[in-house]
Amino acid sequence: MSDNAEHTTRSQGFYLSIGMGLLVLTATTVGAAFVNLGPFNPVIALLIATIKATLVVLFFMHVKGASEKLTAAVVVSGFFFLAILLSLSLADYLTRSWR
Amino acid sequence: MHDSQATTVEHEAHNPALVHQFADAQQQKNAASLGMWLFLVTEIMFFGGMFCAYLIYRLAHFNAFAAGSQQLSILLGATNTAVLIISSVTVVLAVKAAEAGKRKVLVSYLVVTVLLGMTFLVIKGFEYKEKFEKHHVPGETFSLTNTFDDNGKQIPINQKKAELFFSLYFAMTGMHALHMIIGCGLFSVLAVLAWKGHYTPSYFTPIENAGLYWHLVDIIWIYLFPLLYLISRHS
Repeated sequence: MSDNAEHTTRSQGFYLSIGMGLLVLTATTVGAAFVNLGPFNPVIALLIATIKATLVVLFFMHVKGASEKLTAAVVVSGFFFLAILLSLSLADYLTRSWR
Repeated sequence: MHDSQATTVEHEAHNPALVHQFADAQQQKNAASLGMWLFLVTEIMFFGGMFCAYLIYRLAHFNAFAAGSQQLSILLGATNTAVLIISSVTVVLAVKAAEAGKRKVLVSYLVVTVLLGMTFLVIKGFEYKEKFEKHHVPGETFSLTNTFDDNGKQIPINQKKAELFFSLYFAMTGMHALHMIIGCGLFSVLAVLAWKGHYTPSYFTPIENAGLYWHLVDIIWIYLFPLLYLISRHS
């Protein structure tokens, strides 16, 4: 039972292709920075960064397929509280000129 | 009844890494993983505070932030991003090697990870050196010039606001670099212990948890790179 702990890792090829995907996304974000997209430049940059971070969390940090659902809950709550920090702070600073 | 109990105890005794408060190795591993994730959440909130400060000041002083950002080298920043991504791959392959019980493969991947981490730090060091030479380090000698618009005309930059960008740049990349130094130390120790045969397919939790730490540090850089290096580059 204990000595045959379930295997969480995937094949070497799988990890190499995720790594390649991350490198391609890095090149994409650099390329996109040189194209004038107006207000969407930072949006695209953050979107690509979030896709990359999600790939790392799900497949390198093995949150997808984790045996313990509690781990996933902790991860999600962590990012949830970060979202509260950022959104409420910006809700303040971005609306100060609304008088 | 006595017999089955005896075999259970004997069976568990085969795994010296299993401490007595846990029912089995899987439960012990889950508890360690959960604890590590709780630590990582505190790290996310710690860096989150700096990201929040960055966002507020960037929105308030966008032009100065863009001028500061354009002084950074995209080539070096992108190279470092690639170095960290490759190091994350070697970390996950190290975990896989540990799971398969391949000791030498595990040690090699751990050593390569440390070398990649050091490569990142050396490149970062060259970037910092350039910042010192150009007086882009916040302080009395700070000055930011040589910013031009589309027609080659020099744009006046508010020095105090540009200094704020570089304060945040050094605070965030400096704190990230400190995490990289800690990570390199951590993986060096793990490489020695792995070489001595401390880790087996039934116990390699330290490799996994150090890997989680390394990936998180990678994720922080994934956000730092576009936010610091790629502001308003298209003009």
